[in-house]
Amino acid sequence: MSDAEVPTLELRDLQTRFHTRDGVLPVVDGVSFTLARGKVLGLVGESGSGKSVTGFSIMGLVDPPGRVEGGQVLFQGRDLLQMSNAERRALRGDRIAMIFQDPMATLNPVLRVDTQMIETVQAHRSVSTTAARKQAADTLALMGLSNAGERLRAYPHQLSGGMRQRVAIAIALLHGPDLIIADEPTTALDVTIQAQILSEMQKLVAARGTSLIWISHDLSVVAGLADEIAVMYAGRIVEHGTVDQVLDDPQHPYTQGLIGSLPSANLRTQRRGERLRQIPGMAPNLLQMPEGCAFAPRCARASAACATRPEMTSPRADAPGHRVRCFHLGPVAAEASA
Amino acid sequence: MNWRRGFNEHSIWWRVAADFLRSRVAIAGLAVLALVALAALAAPWITPQNPYDLMQLDVLDARLKPGTPSSAAGFTYWLGTDGQGRDLYSAIVYGLRISLLVGIGSAAIAAVLGTGIGLLAAYAGGKVDAALMRLVDLLLSFPTILMALMILAYVGKGVGNVVLTLVLLEWAYYARTARGQALVETRRDYVEAARGQGIPPWRILSGHILPNCLPPLLVIGALQIARAITLEATLSFLGLGVPITEPSLGLLISNGYQYLLSNEYWISFFPGVALLATIVAINLVGDQLRDVLNPRLQR
Amino acid sequence: MTGWLLRRLAQAALVVLLMTAIVFVGLHAIGNPIDILIGEDLNQQERLQAIARLGLDQPLWRQYLAFVDGALHGQLGKSFVYQEDAIRLILQRLPATMELAVGALLLAVAIGVPLGLFAGMKPDHPLAKALMAASIVGFSLPAFWVALMFIMVFSVQLGWLPASGRGATRELFGVQWSWLTLDGLQHLILPAFNLALFKISLVLRLTRAGVREVLPQDFVKFARAKGLSPARVVLVHVLRNTLIPLVTVLGLELGSTIAYAVVTETIFAWPGAGKLILDSINSLDRPVVVAYLMVVVVIFVTLNLVVDLLYKLLDPRVRLEGAR
Repeated sequence: MSDAEVPTLELRDLQTRFHTRDGVLPVVDGVSFTLARGKVLGLVGESGSGKSVTGFSIMGLVDPPGRVEGGQVLFQGRDLLQMSNAERRALRGDRIAMIFQDPMATLNPVLRVDTQMIETVQAHRSVSTTAARKQAADTLALMGLSNAGERLRAYPHQLSGGMRQRVAIAIALLHGPDLIIADEPTTALDVTIQAQILSEMQKLVAARGTSLIWISHDLSVVAGLADEIAVMYAGRIVEHGTVDQVLDDPQHPYTQGLIGSLPSANLRTQRRGERLRQIPGMAPNLLQMPEGCAFAPRCARASAACATRPEMTSPRADAPGHRVRCFHLGPVAAEASA
Repeated sequence: MNWRRGFNEHSIWWRVAADFLRSRVAIAGLAVLALVALAALAAPWITPQNPYDLMQLDVLDARLKPGTPSSAAGFTYWLGTDGQGRDLYSAIVYGLRISLLVGIGSAAIAAVLGTGIGLLAAYAGGKVDAALMRLVDLLLSFPTILMALMILAYVGKGVGNVVLTLVLLEWAYYARTARGQALVETRRDYVEAARGQGIPPWRILSGHILPNCLPPLLVIGALQIARAITLEATLSFLGLGVPITEPSLGLLISNGYQYLLSNEYWISFFPGVALLATIVAINLVGDQLRDVLNPRLQR
Repeated sequence: MTGWLLRRLAQAALVVLLMTAIVFVGLHAIGNPIDILIGEDLNQQERLQAIARLGLDQPLWRQYLAFVDGALHGQLGKSFVYQEDAIRLILQRLPATMELAVGALLLAVAIGVPLGLFAGMKPDHPLAKALMAASIVGFSLPAFWVALMFIMVFSVQLGWLPASGRGATRELFGVQWSWLTLDGLQHLILPAFNLALFKISLVLRLTRAGVREVLPQDFVKFARAKGLSPARVVLVHVLRNTLIPLVTVLGLELGSTIAYAVVTETIFAWPGAGKLILDSINSLDRPVVVAYLMVVVVIFVTLNLVVDLLYKLLDPRVRLEGAR
């Protein structure tokens, strides 16, 4: 029984802004969450919600015109934002790893796979090339890639999308990191491969006790894998709880909308030919955010109270971990037709 | 669909002009060009001497330093004189005339010729297209200066021959670009529609396809003018261009070569500066034009 | 791969053949080939002998075959001025021109690539902007004028470098090279630099454009995510991808550099093939002109071939596409 363990990752009020010609965009607007060791967090939101940029902010890979401008990113107790570039770089690829979305673009097309894996090994440990290559081959085997030797000598374009993503995941696993941030790693892949990779990730993470942040726009993908789910909208987290809490008892109108628009969720209640419920309105324009709640323009429950920005509160006394950013909490009301 | 494009054309060019003027460097280039053009046009009125009129030259005033007053005519040689007593300032202004004439003239003729051929190739397609493009490729794969030397070796010197040479060498650039653009356009629906309406081919070409090919052609045109001017200067420098009695900037520089070692630098220096300024200005304008007209960079 | 190579070689041979036809036709169309290849100041008797000897009384197609045959054997007429085989004259002078051209290209790469890399990685830095402005001036400069200015400043006023001529040479692989001696290098610097100016601007702009295209790509970000040192990210990932298309452009530029050497060689009195051709044009030494043309065609076609080959070798996507 461990004493109060330092969580692997703790975000406190992270702010990342993009300074464009048209104005300043608060892409990550006060995001906070805690991720314990070995837990999986599903970070969910539509495109433009700031979920990917949150991942990059943690890694320290936000490119101009974006800049991390506030908050703290505590990795095992140490604030990454306060570290020097060299210290951050030492952690990247070693203790914190990232997997990107598009496997076609992640690997350098003119370098061989083994070169790209070996350089990752040697960037953090002084080992011989032979030893590094062996490590690479072993990790590839872990990913279920047969014939690791041949794969290593190949160029990225000679591998299929699924294989490339496995290579990318293997690279992330090379040094057995404590935290992996996966930015929609299966979005660009076939559904069957998606399922395979999901289950592989699950096993690997469970076996090593690695913390995982799985960023996705698709709740269903995350549902089977995550321990906790955080829903993002317009740069803010609007709901955060365990996977059961969020999926079975969603409190925020946006989360409800997301779940309601899933075909599978409607299967029980949906009759043939009935339209899927959609969230009315369009994704928010970060340049023209309303003063209070960001979701108010699209919300059926909006009222005068929504002109002030809501804070995260726990609606249920018996479920303190389930927090929502809304003034109008309550079970799913009988909505007007979609 | 296309008719609407015709009406909006005037506002597109307005937008292009506005974008173009956002760069201070490009404005500077444009200003220099305007100055050069004005100077060339007003040459007889702004120069104290006609450098091509041998009667007005005083051989005794040869190789005078900049700022020396003339012995007889009553004006100062602000930029000095060359080996034949020519006032360098006058010679430069008249030389700019030739440079601009040859450069713009050859570019214009080559543009018309090349665009015509390019559009023809695109519209005709098939073997005609393939043959023409082979020719263009062959022409473009050889360095211009060699081809120019060869052509001039056979046809002889003179301004007219230089223009001819330049046209022969340049049309290929326009042809290739025009054909590329036209190919994209001919595939578009509105051309099919126009054909279906029985509109004659030449009208389709001139009224519909050509206007859409203009932007890249403009860019090429600007840069080609710079190349033409440089090439004429180089050829004149090598003695293959303009006659000695009517020197262009290149020939002036060449004349100054022999006096370099005696430290009489101005004879080559000033014409070169004028040439450089003109070419830099054209390139700046052309560069900005390219950035502005590039569809990928358009917002 | 071999299949492709053979096809390209065949294509190359075809182009050379085509050029010989064009040159041959040109000889006949433009002027009297008798005058072009023999010269004008022979008396009637000698003319008839020369005509018979050169087979100029034969039908056209037979003359053409003889021409090609002669070309293959290195026989393209004798220079009027030097009374030597035109081909031999040119080949003798070629090393000097190659020195200049290769030297210029090396300078262009050594200066242009690092500067272009910097300008691409930090485009808003004032130095980067200055470099871009300078590059426009760089390729606007009339090379011949700059050459004169170089001579003015470095030879006449400062007296550091010689104004003309090629320096002492030393032999390597049976050819005399001047870059192997100090004196030779001193003579080589100014003309090579002059020739390189335009190229430096070109390489700088191309490198910068390439870097700006490569930098935002995912794999660069991924390389940083892996924790690689910034040096490695730039030198291995960014540079490698930028250089591949650059190399092919440079290969083609070598051809045009050899051509533009004409002007530089004339001004610096550099005894290369370029100066020879200009003198020959002016003195109407047409056999030399013809021979030069043929040599240039062969060089160009070869360069094109080598560049294509190089591209295939360097870019694995292209290379392995064909093999599959």
